[in-house]
Amino acid sequence: MSVLVDGNTRVLFQGFTGREASFHAQASIDYGTTVVGGVTPGKGGQTHLDLPVYNTVAEAVRQTGANASVIFVPPPFAADAIMEATEAGVPLVVCITEGIPTSDMVRVRTFMQDRPTRLIGPNCPGIISPGKCKIGIMPAHIHKQGHVGVVSRSGTLTYEAVGQLSKLNIGQSTCIGIGGDPIIGTSFLDAIQLFNNDADTHAIVMIGEIGGNAEETAAAYIQMHVKKPVVGFIAGQTAPPGRRMGHAGAIISGGAGKAEDKMKAMQEAGIAVCASPAEIGEKIKSRM
Amino acid sequence: MKIHEYQAKAILAKYDVPVPRGEVAFTVDEVEIAAKKIGGSVVVKAQIHAGGRGKGGGVKLAKDAAEAAEIAKKMLGMKLVTHQTGPEGRIVQRVLVEETLPIERELYLGIVLDRAQGKPVFMASAAGGMEIEEVAAKTPELILKETIDSGYGLAAYQGRNLAFGMGIPAASVPAAVAAMTALAKVYQVNDASLAEINPFILTKDGKVYALDAKITLDDNALYRHKDLVELRDLNEEDPLEVEASRFSLNYIKLDGNIACMVNGAGLAMATMDIVKYAGGSPANFLDVGGGANAEQIKNAFRILLSDPGVKAVLINIFGGILRCDVLATGVVNAARELNVQVPVVVRMEGTNVEKGQEILKASGLNFPIANGMKDAAEKVVRAAAGSGR
Repeated sequence: MSVLVDGNTRVLFQGFTGREASFHAQASIDYGTTVVGGVTPGKGGQTHLDLPVYNTVAEAVRQTGANASVIFVPPPFAADAIMEATEAGVPLVVCITEGIPTSDMVRVRTFMQDRPTRLIGPNCPGIISPGKCKIGIMPAHIHKQGHVGVVSRSGTLTYEAVGQLSKLNIGQSTCIGIGGDPIIGTSFLDAIQLFNNDADTHAIVMIGEIGGNAEETAAAYIQMHVKKPVVGFIAGQTAPPGRRMGHAGAIISGGAGKAEDKMKAMQEAGIAVCASPAEIGEKIKSRM
Repeated sequence: MKIHEYQAKAILAKYDVPVPRGEVAFTVDEVEIAAKKIGGSVVVKAQIHAGGRGKGGGVKLAKDAAEAAEIAKKMLGMKLVTHQTGPEGRIVQRVLVEETLPIERELYLGIVLDRAQGKPVFMASAAGGMEIEEVAAKTPELILKETIDSGYGLAAYQGRNLAFGMGIPAASVPAAVAAMTALAKVYQVNDASLAEINPFILTKDGKVYALDAKITLDDNALYRHKDLVELRDLNEEDPLEVEASRFSLNYIKLDGNIACMVNGAGLAMATMDIVKYAGGSPANFLDVGGGANAEQIKNAFRILLSDPGVKAVLINIFGGILRCDVLATGVVNAARELNVQVPVVVRMEGTNVEKGQEILKASGLNFPIANGMKDAAEKVVRAAAGSGR
């Protein structure tokens, strides 16, 4: 088993014919993901990577039975793309796009409130259930099928953790990059709940960073409900306050969102917190 | 993007938030002219992108234009150090000259994003003039909150909740509510990430004014606010950071001596953390991004090395979109072209890593290749300690 994506996932690419989307669609296909086509407004009827292109998500869903979509649309149009997929009833929408204005995401969040679609991201690497389905930009070959659930706000730092696990011969059930923006669709708490309820996930790696308090919220839940071993790391222990560290959401503001506070909350919740990012793999190994 | 107080007040005034009469001035003469125009006593306020100016000597009262000019002589060009500037401080290059007002009460108004709700939240407090963080820590019960629904802005009833909640006298409530709804509009229309009036004052004759104002804009939304982009003051930013931003590089200068070049913000932070953990001190945060090309690597290298404090460089790349061979080519070319003298430790992982390592080895340049982050951090800390630069 795995969470959210598996061998039955049928993926649609929004912004399909763009350079990045084409590259990653091909990589997903090569990995064995069922990619059913894509959407590029104005290019409907064409064929790209031997797959059909549609003008609208609604049409693409009707024709292909897609149950997931991944968005590679430029920032000014990405919020609209998320809403289009949501309205078309796609159950899982993964938004890779970085740089969406926050106010656009405020609107998206309100729009999605009473609709069943789950959003992952934006500004995220995507989601992969190794050996089954890859939706996103992560390098596939570093992953290995197994029983550790990985959830992270970062892209390359997730790869780092996954790389450490795979080198120790520890596979992953599903790896979810939830994204580095202040407003995201799937939170740590959501991902942890999914992993907790997944019989095939035996341990969880949670990689947070400075900014906000989503890690603390998840830690409170873990303390109450999660019996599986959880290993955590918080990036930005050396980050200066008041500066945005690359990710739009990675900022210590008004004394809130500090790494030390998050690490403390996680430790108190029984999470094995790594002081160094090089310890993540070993810490999981010693707990499985 | 941060903007100055006078710029924030100009935006507020456009939306009919009452602000004191005032003018920005760049020279002593301009200060004197502005003060004469305003008449009577004035306040001279240093314009820098940092709070705590009053305590640092950046806000002074003058009884007339002559005294304002005297103050400006000292203030313009002075190095202003506040708890937000760091010990290096900021050079004051412009001041705001404003009328003085008979203050009855100082209140706080501010809007920030509530991440958990995914909506902006309007905060108001009777404890104005203090930093809101301090109020939140000491007397959180004094902070009133109303969530802003993006479709409606701040509703008038919400404004009344806040105004009466802060104990504003009934006669002044309509003016206060108007200012609050206008502030919410300023936040939304301009894609702000922070809009703050602190203090929001009530005068002895029952009027309200934004005595100080702070607006921070969402960088991601600047593409649709060309007029606001003009407000950027490059003097307030580190020159290396300005240079980096020209090449879409995310660079933040720090105090240490180990330069870091990393792809991805999370890994870049984690790399700084592990350098510290290994006993070193990071010189910067640098995220070259997911789609960096050889040219960008070269620019990144050049910027890192123009920090004279750098004694060694750590390159940590986990290739996903950015392929290791592209990175290696960029690093080799840059090192040759820039005649790099400090040790450079390279750690690569991910797509095309073997090709990348071959390119580094074949270059004939001396790049110690690290195996994993721990090894990389230890190697670069040793290299920095032994480096002659």
